[in-house]
Amino acid sequence: MASLTINGRTYEIDAEPDTPLLWAIRENAGLTGTKYGCGVAQCGACTVHVDGQQVRSCSMALSEAIGKQITTIEGLASEGGVHKVQQAWIDHDVPQCGYCQSGMIMAVAALLETVPQPTDEDIDLAITNICRCGTFQQVREAIHAAASA
Amino acid sequence: MGHAPQLNRRSFVLGTAAIGSGLALGIPFGGPTAVYAADGTPEVNAWVVIRPDETVVVRIARSEMGQGTLTGLAQLVAEELECDWSRVTTEYPTPGQSVARKRVWGDFSTGGSRGVRTSHDYVRKGGAAARLMLIQAAANEWAAPVSECATSKGVITHVPSGRTITYGKVAEAAAKLQPPADVKLKDPKDWIIAGKPLKRLDTVEKTNGKMIYGADIKLPGMLNAAIKDCPVFGGTLKSFDDSKILGMKGVKKVVRVGESAVAVVADTWWHAKSALEAMPVVWDDGKNASVSSESIGKWLQEGLDAAQPAFVGNKAGDVKAAFAGAAKTVEAVYAYPYQNHATMEPMNATVLYTAEKCEVWTGTQNGEAVFAAAVEASGLPSDKCEVYKIMPGGGFGRRGMTDYVRQAVAIAKQMPGTPIKLMWSREEDMLHGRYHPITQSKLVGAFDADNNLIGLHMRISGQSILASVRPEGMQNGMDPVTFQGLNASGEAAIGYTVPNLLIDHSMRNPHVPPGFWRGVNVNQNAIYLESFMDELAHSVGQDPLEFRRKLMTKHPKHLAVLNAVAERIGWTTPAPQGVFRGICQHMGFGSYVAAATEISVTGGNKIKIHRIVAATDPGYAVNPWQIDRQIAGSFVYGLSALFYGECTVKGGRIEQENFDTYQSMTMKEMPKVESILMPSGGFWGGVGEPTICVAAPAVLNAYFAATGKRIRSVPLKNHDIIFA
Repeated sequence: MASLTINGRTYEIDAEPDTPLLWAIRENAGLTGTKYGCGVAQCGACTVHVDGQQVRSCSMALSEAIGKQITTIEGLASEGGVHKVQQAWIDHDVPQCGYCQSGMIMAVAALLETVPQPTDEDIDLAITNICRCGTFQQVREAIHAAASA
Repeated sequence: MGHAPQLNRRSFVLGTAAIGSGLALGIPFGGPTAVYAADGTPEVNAWVVIRPDETVVVRIARSEMGQGTLTGLAQLVAEELECDWSRVTTEYPTPGQSVARKRVWGDFSTGGSRGVRTSHDYVRKGGAAARLMLIQAAANEWAAPVSECATSKGVITHVPSGRTITYGKVAEAAAKLQPPADVKLKDPKDWIIAGKPLKRLDTVEKTNGKMIYGADIKLPGMLNAAIKDCPVFGGTLKSFDDSKILGMKGVKKVVRVGESAVAVVADTWWHAKSALEAMPVVWDDGKNASVSSESIGKWLQEGLDAAQPAFVGNKAGDVKAAFAGAAKTVEAVYAYPYQNHATMEPMNATVLYTAEKCEVWTGTQNGEAVFAAAVEASGLPSDKCEVYKIMPGGGFGRRGMTDYVRQAVAIAKQMPGTPIKLMWSREEDMLHGRYHPITQSKLVGAFDADNNLIGLHMRISGQSILASVRPEGMQNGMDPVTFQGLNASGEAAIGYTVPNLLIDHSMRNPHVPPGFWRGVNVNQNAIYLESFMDELAHSVGQDPLEFRRKLMTKHPKHLAVLNAVAERIGWTTPAPQGVFRGICQHMGFGSYVAAATEISVTGGNKIKIHRIVAATDPGYAVNPWQIDRQIAGSFVYGLSALFYGECTVKGGRIEQENFDTYQSMTMKEMPKVESILMPSGGFWGGVGEPTICVAAPAVLNAYFAATGKRIRSVPLKNHDIIFA
């Protein structure tokens, strides 16, 4: 049994220490907003924040996350609110199927914490999530909108 | 070779009915006996439920998978209904309900960019009929003639007296009325909700983690399953040793699934997958074990010159005679590989089976096909089966198939009463796709002494989709879909007039199962034809745009989109220093499309795409905002395919197992797409797929302009050409 702090709440997780954080979040904590896409840190659909840093949770062991602050898409906004990245996503009608968007939004939120006014080049380097629907054009617009919000 | 997946009789029956009689179902627009929605509200008709609080529930049979169909169809219903758009919400009727009500909602199949274009008529009539019934109910209450009543934003006004009443107040009375025998639809030029750039109805939940996809389904007592199907298509499961894993934490059961697969059922999917990885499995690879990309390629290559059999898709004049009398001929051979759909969410389905009922929860592009699969795989009668459609994490054609649903039912049948969620790993998804078909093409063009193109022979050699997926669609052994974008007329017509023309197909079906892959056969046909048109133009020293224009005088709609991109890219003005242009056009899914690009190339192999201009004439544009998004997204799909997309075959199986070897574009590679939406009216074309096919040839033609090198096979990574 391991204790994880997710979105400010403590979860007692009954899983092996080498269980990927993604599956501990989805199956043990029951928070399904974080998605499985590849399992090998290629696609970014599983992106969460661990102590404020973006992490591809499919490739971090549960044991490495113990004692750290984990934020998932469900906890990105303050209670009852909407995070500025989410608001920009809504304003710009970004998602198509939406499956990759939790990870995309988490990656962008982490970027804006360190680079509040990213250039297109900053975005290109930092946001490497795969979106098969191809929402990149709207993602870029929304990032700039969120940055100036 | 020659292995084809088994045809499913039931989906055959439903599928054929859906294709053949979609508009001849005698869809009733309501009925004298009220039918109640799940929340107890009587439905005005099958398409429209209006709650007492004025919420308008529009029923949508087609599947939303990101392409915006849900919103577009709701706009069409709301337009005719004249309701308040801000009160509109949607719901999916279930396939079981539809079958029980004589397919009142028509076809559920959502592929071929048909979501809007083949259901716009009856959904609009559904909205229009509901409006007339609501007016009648109000008129009855007022004892006033219907002709004195008007509607706007969900409010009915008795014009002479100024009295008003809302839809929600008369919906129950309207539900009891006889539906009108005939309804008149609005002229699209009068649209106020349809045709407008409205936001999607399903965005917020996709930004906060609340949207439930198939992979997220949770049912009480549910267990999770991971599966391995024989990696070699057509092979079988010989044996497995479950004694090695039955003691592992969480593992509940190991089950054989059909002839070729084994699944581990556990408390969590991670446990199921980990145990499956640890279990020794022995396969019988069968007769396809020695097939490779090389052997397939060689077989297809032979088809480029094979005399027979060759199915003729389009023919004019006498190509042989034209070639015999030609002053000059030009020849080239092209090739297009297998590609996986690679939806972001791997295939999955959740099934609860008991002796009395089989229920399926899954993301699908065809609820009725899943229903038919559930009926067949469960062995239960259709009134004991039901399907609940869940938001799919991408479809692109893959989720029109039901293989994963059959597997889930087969597992659940072995554990009656326990809900089973079967989810494929990414690796399983990559190894068991329904791949973009593999083809090659040899093109020969003939010129007279004045450099006029007098003959064109385009031979396609390779795989038919229909032969495997929908054999009932074959015509005397020919797959007509092979010629998408090359037909003499229709929804996928060629845009050129060549006096002596022959386009034919030497069908060769390797054992790798093909499927409808977003864009289907226009993807490769546009690369073949539009690259070759460029070759022909350069071979006689003519401008590629002017060369095309001369052949397009009888194809004004094709020409219009081509002219639009030429003008926007500035074709007649010099490109910036070091920047080169490519242009192309094609038609598919009822829409005319064209693209022009500006690229620069460094070191001969590093491409930077500076601009993409794309034009679409879909006839009518139901939601320009969402169409823009489909166009921009289609370039990500099409250019990912061009630069990276290839599934190779070795030992009878696919070699690429994840995104590290089957790459997809990211933001840094994707330039802005300038889309030109130019609906000319009078027809309904699709928008989810058509522009994919012009992405690659526009870049390939620009690459030739930049380097003088003609690339004739996909993907570019095989030519060491990469993004700068």
